[in-house]
Order: sequence, then structure tokens, then C-alpha cells
Amino acid sequence: MAIGFTVNGKDVSVAAEPDTPLLWVLREDLGLTGTKFGCGVAACGACSVHVDGELTRACSVPLSAIAGKAVTTIEGLKNEDGTLHAVQQAWIDAQVPQCGYCQSGQIMAAVALIARTGSPSDAEIDAAMTNICRCGTYPRIRKAIRAATGQAAAAVRGEA
Amino acid sequence: MMADNPNPNIDETQAALAEVAPVKKKGIKRRLFLAGSALLVGGGVFGLYWADNAARVRARALTTGEGEHNFLTWMKIAEDDTVTLFSPHIDFGQGSHTALGQMLADELDADWAKVKVEQAPSDVAFSNTALVHSLLGEMSGYPGLVGALPAALVGMLARSQKVQITGGSSAVRFTGQGGMRVIGAAVRLALIEEAADRLGVPASELTTADSKVIHAASGRALRYGELAAGAAQRSLSSQPVLKSRAEYKLIGKPVIRRDIPAKVDGSAVYGIDFTLPDMRVATIAAAPVRGGRLEAVDEAPALAVPGVEKVVKLDDAVIVVAKGYWQAAKGLATLSPKFSDGGHGAMSTPAIYAAQDKLRQAGKPDNTAGAGDVAAAFKAAGDRLITADYRVPFLHHAMMEPFALTAHFKDGKLSVWGGMQDPIGARDRLAKAVGMDMEDVIFHPMIMGGGFGRRFPGVTEILDQVAKLARQVPYPVKLIWSREEDVRHGTYRPQSSARLSAALDDKGRIAAWQSDYVQGDNAEGEVGFIYDVPATARRHFAYTTNQIDGPWRSVNSTQHGFYNESFIDELAHAAGEDPYQFRRKHLPAGSRHQKVLDEVARRAGWGTPLPQGTGRGIAIVESFGTIVAEVIEATVKDDGSPKVLKAFAVVDCGTTVNPLNAEAQIAGGIIMGLSATIGEAITLDQGAVVESNFTDYPILTLADAPPVIDVHFIESDATMGGIGEPGVPPASAALANALFAATGKRIRTLPLLRQAKA
Repeated sequence: MAIGFTVNGKDVSVAAEPDTPLLWVLREDLGLTGTKFGCGVAACGACSVHVDGELTRACSVPLSAIAGKAVTTIEGLKNEDGTLHAVQQAWIDAQVPQCGYCQSGQIMAAVALIARTGSPSDAEIDAAMTNICRCGTYPRIRKAIRAATGQAAAAVRGEA
Repeated sequence: MMADNPNPNIDETQAALAEVAPVKKKGIKRRLFLAGSALLVGGGVFGLYWADNAARVRARALTTGEGEHNFLTWMKIAEDDTVTLFSPHIDFGQGSHTALGQMLADELDADWAKVKVEQAPSDVAFSNTALVHSLLGEMSGYPGLVGALPAALVGMLARSQKVQITGGSSAVRFTGQGGMRVIGAAVRLALIEEAADRLGVPASELTTADSKVIHAASGRALRYGELAAGAAQRSLSSQPVLKSRAEYKLIGKPVIRRDIPAKVDGSAVYGIDFTLPDMRVATIAAAPVRGGRLEAVDEAPALAVPGVEKVVKLDDAVIVVAKGYWQAAKGLATLSPKFSDGGHGAMSTPAIYAAQDKLRQAGKPDNTAGAGDVAAAFKAAGDRLITADYRVPFLHHAMMEPFALTAHFKDGKLSVWGGMQDPIGARDRLAKAVGMDMEDVIFHPMIMGGGFGRRFPGVTEILDQVAKLARQVPYPVKLIWSREEDVRHGTYRPQSSARLSAALDDKGRIAAWQSDYVQGDNAEGEVGFIYDVPATARRHFAYTTNQIDGPWRSVNSTQHGFYNESFIDELAHAAGEDPYQFRRKHLPAGSRHQKVLDEVARRAGWGTPLPQGTGRGIAIVESFGTIVAEVIEATVKDDGSPKVLKAFAVVDCGTTVNPLNAEAQIAGGIIMGLSATIGEAITLDQGAVVESNFTDYPILTLADAPPVIDVHFIESDATMGGIGEPGVPPASAALANALFAATGKRIRTLPLLRQAKA
């Protein structure tokens, strides 16, 4: 039985077991490997995507729950003309990634945060950015989110 | 002669070296091990004079095509001026490719826009010569040793190597400083010589810039691409003059990394992302108690799961192969394998600490080091003798990408793809696992989601697993470890303990210091004692468990940094002195250590008032040739857990090649050190690991990390030190010391969270 939904604006139909986590449907059935496997229990956020605009950890939502919904992955963030999303550009400008494995999830979480709050404060960043980074890129993630929303980096230094 | 040995091992090679040049410093074998087990030599940097020609010819065949010219194995110049550097090191986010490129390009005077860095093939022709030469030079005390080695010995070194490692904070300070800079400078001279011939002018009238040789007097210039063919025929200097700091154009500059764009748009391909047509995916459960065997498993329930194709049994594990990961995982979950415990069923965390205490108390160390008469000083100390016992748990690397390797056995060849910190070593281990010739094993290195010391072949049984699995199936197969498998089958920083003792004299200075520490390996030679104390003793009591001890980012400096810098803090308080001033007075006046300590205290505002319940802690550790001092400001939350408010670090690594990368590495190391100190512990019960995922092995999150980490580098012309690891060791004691300052409570057992809840 095939389940239909959209990914990055394109209609897809996947004939996998309905309990297959969206993460593995994306990575294996659809070949979109930008969304990563980190823990399988929604503890790390490496698998973060947007489902109907909501930040979702794809390892813990089954395919059956995605029927008819719109999924956006890291691959779908770029603008139509191929230019980077402002958050992606901010990530490059701040040289955020090290190994980079968690960064797809970090970026998806940051995009969702900004969509929700517009111009997040440090406290809002703390509360929303719960994705794990073992390389410890957190200070630059914070800086990039502030920069992407037009906030001065100086504001990050505990003064604001 | 020893040098004719066709298959020399490290002991034989060491003995042969000793014939040639006396080794001044001890611990050559251990230091070499730290850099990656066997000596690293190929037809590389200095092959010019010692012509291991077969290796250089092979290197050229692997990398250099029509219209391109290879120099000294490690670089080529194309006719369009593109310069390509082949890096023996994997760049998994530490920026080593960029830094090595900067070093080569600066000496070469190449146009940075036309410089590329590619991963060197995992072939013995690309073993890392510069690394071993730097180590030999450093350890023997003869910087010129390198140029003096006879050809036969170098040939022996070449045959003994099978590694190409990334670790030990060595890429930039050894391969770059001792290799890539030398190559760049030597090739530049050859290009000038070639241009001098072509232009009919003396070389002294020529300059270089942006991949051109320029004759200003006549307004003529020749591009490197035009000169490469001729230059490649020339003799290259093995000891060219390198640029001085004032001449650097790229070294020391914040050059941005080229690998980052692919890491923000999902296009970077990690080992776990690799696919091939007709590939299957597998997952595995190995014996929960390390050393245990697979006794029995009924395969039927797994085979009944849709998509599952095969169950493979190994000596100590069961593997389920399916069309995709989820089906394989579901299949594995249906199985109830029976495993033995290999006789280690009594191993547990408390039992290990108890056994370590008992061993230490028996007073018969396996290794001793130090100077002066500690026993006499302790006897004279009376009540000025202070003792403290410290305990630290197993630590898991917890890299974000779980282990995943793809293997295909076809037509007598085994091909493997994935992330390993030593591609040649990986080939060697793969071959040995299934009784194949290394020549028939091909390893394709890929970027990895974190290494931290976990992905060295010596500690990586997934190599054996995937090799054996591939031999049993006709198709390519990707073996992925679940996070649970990863957490439970790590090669951890060992659970260790130590008793530190010291006597203060009647002027409040440390008269004697003794560290009695219990762990598998002797730490002497790796961990230094930086303080000026007349009598010191470091006594190692060897204790091993059923676990495989793994190098966890900064290795022995993690626990010894915690022991030493917690203890000197305790001594400061016992002497009634400020912890910064107390350390300061035990460091040689005007020393690099003292300067680093002074600068971090200044930047952190040491001594300025803090709110009630907030404290500052300081720590200084030298590791991998670099001195790092840190100040942490912390408080305790309502639930008793620690909260880090601010972090300051001052680093003396001599020269920073890329300040962006260097800062990122130090800050990231501090966060990793804080994470381990606050919440991380792998514990054993009945021989098996208790923890299973990030839910019970918590990694520090953004909210709990200090929002800003102030990192400052002191530049000097001291020997370049490493950057990847040195940020880690001071963090644990700096935090524990801060919490003592905040609460008056001294914590000597890690992790902190488990003490807070106790």
C-alpha cells in the first residue's frame, strides 16, 4: 500500500511499511540523505524536518502519520532560484559547522524558531535549540541565529 | 643488517633507529603509539634523496593525469595553474585540509583561489612521512636527524608502515609544519630555477606571487602551469628556508573553509549516507559483556519480518540483513540471542573502583617516575600533608554519526567505504579479519560525523564485522550500528582513579607532590607536570578491565588534568591562598605557562566580585605541545546541578595557522570537557554497559553551555603545538574548582550530576 505526501514541494508516493519512520523513508526510499540518523529516539534532533511547517523529529513519526502532509527537508530550504536560505547563509558566514553531521537538524530547528518568533532572544534560543552537537559549535549557532535575524552579535555576549 | 628485514615491526624498527642515532628522550615507542601505532613512512617528503622510487611512481600513477605534474607525491600542478595537495589526514570538521592547504600555498606563493585539497588515496605510497620524521626529530633531540638517515633505514621504515592516521592533534603541527611547508618551499625554488633557465636570468632576480614567477626588471612572468613540467624534472632541496612570520600571507589568516557549504545544504555525504545499486542494509547486536560469545540464536523470527533477507552469526554477534535499516532493526528486535559473559559477569563500576583502591593501597607500582625525595618530605610534613582521592568514569566518544561501513566482496577484492581515522590501518585490519592480502582490500575514506579517537582501526571492531559479513553475501552491504549498540560497545576513556598527596613547607610552598594513579597504561611521557616542586613522584598502578581502552579526545590528559588541577586547588585552599596566585608562584617566573595563566586571569576578571553562589575556577594544562589555561564561572541551579555561566581560555600553541579553526577547536574542546564533567558516565553492571542512548548518556546542550567562550591565543615562535585536543583537559577541574568557590563543596568523583543527585 503506497502512502502519498509531498517532499520539498514534490508529490511522492512511497510503498513502505506504514510504521517505517519518516527518517528512513526520506533517507532510503527517497534518497534524501541530508536528514541524519543520530539516535532513533528523538533525543538528538539530527533528523529534524518540517511537517506542515512544524518542527518534527523524523525518527519518531511513522510514515502512516505523514499521509497527505507537506514535508520540508534540508534539501528543500534553498530558494527557487538556488540561492541559500538566509539561515544557511548565516551558517556559512559564521563558519558554524565542524564535522557538520548535526547541522541539517540544527538549521531546520533554527528556521522553525525564527518562523515562530521572528527575532529570538538568547532565552528563546536556549529553549528551542535542543539539538545535540558533539563538536560544540553552540556559540556559533547562537551567533548565526542572531545574525540571520539582523541582531547584533554583541548582543550575544550576555549583555542583552 | 636489521634494515634488510622485509617485514619489520615497531620494536625492530626502534632498535635499528637506535643503531643510527641515540634517542635522547625516553618513551619513543609510546610516543609513536600515540601518533598511531606504527611508523609512518612512504615515498614522501624526503623521498628525493632516499628515493623510495617505487612509492613515488605509484603515487603519481594514482593521482596525476595528462597535463599534470606530481611533486614529491603530495602535490601536483596542472597546466592551468591548479595546485592540488593530497592530504593524508581526514578533515572531519577540524579544518585540517584548509590549514594544510594554507601552509603549502603560502610557501609556494600559490594563488589560493587555484589551490585544492583532496583526500590522499589510502595507499602505502601516501603514508605520512612528515609525521614520523617530525616525531623522530623531536624525540631524538636531533632536528637534523631527518636528513641524516641512511637510505636502507628509510626503506625499512617504509616497509614497516601501514598507517595514515588523523589524531594526536598532529596534522598541522607535524604534517603541515614538517611536511607541507617544506614541500611548498622546495617546489617554489624549483619553479624559480626553471624560470631562470627559460628567461635566461639569474634566479636572484626573480620573485614569486599568485602562482607566477616574475622578473620585474624585464616585466616578464611565467605561470606555474607553464613551468611545472620542467620544474618536476629538477632536484628539490630537502631543507629549503621557510617563511618567517612577517612574510606569511595565508598562515595565520582566518581563511574560510571550503567544506562548509556542503554541510549546510545536506549535500555532504558521510559514511552512513553512502549507497550503491543493489545494496542491502544490516544492523548488529554484539555480546553485551565485552569478551562474551554468541551461544545460540533462533533466526526464524527475524526472517519472518518483511524485508529481512538474511541472518548472519559471528563469534560474538548476530547481524540482520534487510532491504533497509528499519527492517533490519525490526528484524534484530525480534531475536533473543544468548550470549556468554566471557567470565566477566562480576565486573561492575563499584567493583572496579574497589579493585583499583586495593591495588593502589598494596603499594607496588608498575611504573615510577619523578625526582627528589618525596618520602622524606612527607615524613617531615606532619599535619601539612594533604591527601585527596579522585575518581573518573568510563567516557564514551558519542560522535553524532553512529558507525556505518559499506562493504562489497567481488572478484576476490574487498571494497569498503566509510569514515575511519586511519584508512591504511583500516585496510590492514580488514584484510587480517578475513585472511586476505592487503593489496586486495580497497578502502574509500569518507568524511565522518565526529571521530574524537573512536574511529581508529585499532579499536574498531566494525571493520572485522563488515569484512566477515561481506564475505558471506554477494551484494554490497552497509552495516549500521544503532545508537544503543554504539553506546554499549564503545572503546571508552578508561574508568580510573588516583590518590594525590602533597606536603606544604612552612612558607606555604609545595615541598613534595605524589600522584598514585590506577589505569591500564602508563601516562608518563604523555602527561607532564608543570609546577616547580622539588620532590615529585608519579606512580602508575596497572589495572585493566574487560573493556578496550580507547583514546578519548586528549587521552590521558583528561583524567590527569582533573586530578592535578583539582588537587593544586585544594592545596591552595589548604595554604589559605588564592588559587590563581598559588599556581602562579609555582610556575617559573616569565615562563610561557605563567604568561598564559596571567592572561586568562586578567581576561576573566579574576578577583573581581561575583554574586553570592557564583564562583570562579581556574586550571592550566599542557598537552600535545600546547599550554591552555581556563577560567570557568559557574553556579548551582535549584536542583543542585551545575550551571556554567562563562568560560575563558588562553592558549599558547606557538603559531595559529587558521585562527577561525583554532578558536572553534578550543571552544569545542571546552564544551566537550564540560559535557563529560557534568553528566557523562558509562557504568558497568554484571559486566555489561548500563547506558543505552543520549537519554541516559547526556551530552551538554546549547542551553547549558556558556553562551560565549572567550578564547585568546598568545602568538610566539615557540614550536607549534596541537589544537584539536588541548582545550579539553583544563575544563573539568576549572568547573569543579568554580563550584567549590561557589558552594564550599569539593567534588572529587565525576560526573558532577551523579554527585549532585547522590
